[in-house]
Amino acid sequence: MPSRWPWQAAKSSSESRARPPRLPRIFTVARFEIVNSNDATPVFFSIWGIFMIRYLYGDQLGTCRKLSQSMFRDRANQFAKRLNWQVTVDADGFERDTYDQQNPLYVIWQQPDGSHGGSMRFLPTTGPVMVNDHFQHLTDGVTIGSPLIWECTRFCISPTAPTPLVAARLMLAGATLGRRFHLAHAVGVFDTRMIRVYKTLGWAPDILGSAGSGRDAISVGLWDFKAAPFDTLCAKAKVAPDAPEHWYQQSFAPANKERQPA
Amino acid sequence: MQNRIITFIERLQQVTTLDQLQALVVGLSGLYQIEHFVYHSVNSAGEPYAALTYSVDWVDHYLDRDFGRIDPVVLGCYQRFHPVDWKQLDWSGKAAKSFMFEASDAGVGNQGYSIPIRGPNGQFALFTANHTCSDDDWVKFTDEHVQDLILIAHYLNQKALEIERGTDKLAYQNLSPRELDALTLIGMGKSRGHAAESLSISEHTLRVYIESARFKLGAANTTHAVALAMASGKIIV
Repeated sequence: MPSRWPWQAAKSSSESRARPPRLPRIFTVARFEIVNSNDATPVFFSIWGIFMIRYLYGDQLGTCRKLSQSMFRDRANQFAKRLNWQVTVDADGFERDTYDQQNPLYVIWQQPDGSHGGSMRFLPTTGPVMVNDHFQHLTDGVTIGSPLIWECTRFCISPTAPTPLVAARLMLAGATLGRRFHLAHAVGVFDTRMIRVYKTLGWAPDILGSAGSGRDAISVGLWDFKAAPFDTLCAKAKVAPDAPEHWYQQSFAPANKERQPA
Repeated sequence: MQNRIITFIERLQQVTTLDQLQALVVGLSGLYQIEHFVYHSVNSAGEPYAALTYSVDWVDHYLDRDFGRIDPVVLGCYQRFHPVDWKQLDWSGKAAKSFMFEASDAGVGNQGYSIPIRGPNGQFALFTANHTCSDDDWVKFTDEHVQDLILIAHYLNQKALEIERGTDKLAYQNLSPRELDALTLIGMGKSRGHAAESLSISEHTLRVYIESARFKLGAANTTHAVALAMASGKIIV
């Protein structure tokens, strides 16, 4: 037999990946506090990062109720209340649409207390997506469809989270997703004023089109995954360069999954 | 490398029956020098279909024992849309391990890479490349060929749906005037920069329009997309 089976390989590869040692919960809590006091060295950030970005499909949200409920509430706050978009908020105060029912992939920044800090939602453009269903007037009538292009929508940041930091972490997590899944582009629908934030992070989208004006303006933009500035994003996100890989492994390689806090 | 996927697409275009689709999948093994390829689909009515290179005995045994319920590949890919290396899957359970031993005895290789596909109306398909080699060699192969595999997966699925229902092609393959303009300009030999300028769009946007058109046309790359669009009379250069 020239090589091992995956379940044998999984064990050795997790050893060689030089993961930070598992710490008793008391220590991890202590480290969160150090990080929150803005005093942390990169090594703490690396450990912190493992817990913080989570990639979850819709059908996995049930396992983290606090996280998902606070995400849908923060979305209601951002898109219905603050931006006044025509979105549906249900009796529980959750903003959800038909795309949430398509079992999308959520990229979520989890706060140390287990609640939502920021998030975005991905769906492949080979299926129903917002940009094709509702915004074709902004894409010159082109139906964007390719397994190498995913749509990113509902970029949302919790009012209790530090916006620039969370935005940087989400963008970094998105860039990682593109790199690991060999995608070419992301196409997104977002609040036009976000362009400034994306520019500051060094990864601005190309704008396909915009509608509305002022606080009502909505844009459709494109991100080229090849152009993702990983180093800049890591610096702005204040995480070690290996953090994105940890986030990815934690979510997509369950053999290495650690218990999540809270 | 690029020729392989064009060869595949040329063969795919000749396919009109499920038997031919099976032969096409068998042919992929030779094309990519990979031991096994598996295309497996479950439509919204729950009817399965497969075109694959595994032995008939293994397939019968798999179905007989209803291994789909414990197969980590199926469990890890169902309801998902990101490509999955088998090393990422959870093989730790007792049932999964014993399943793996049986698969190994039946000639299934130790390395696998699977691409889940969400089709229309709840249709689900899975395309897998399987091989026996070292981890390093497998990483080298997948890094180099993932985008090919993703395209092959979707084109195979498109063809399977087309054969089954004969309807899935139409809505998807309509190219918008902008996409046709982009292909025409590229076909005329204009650079991407010039083509983008003529259309008053950025080069990124042009790339996305071309990527969309490429996928709708079932092409391997931009040049191939232009050739296919010309051949089918969609554009005139």
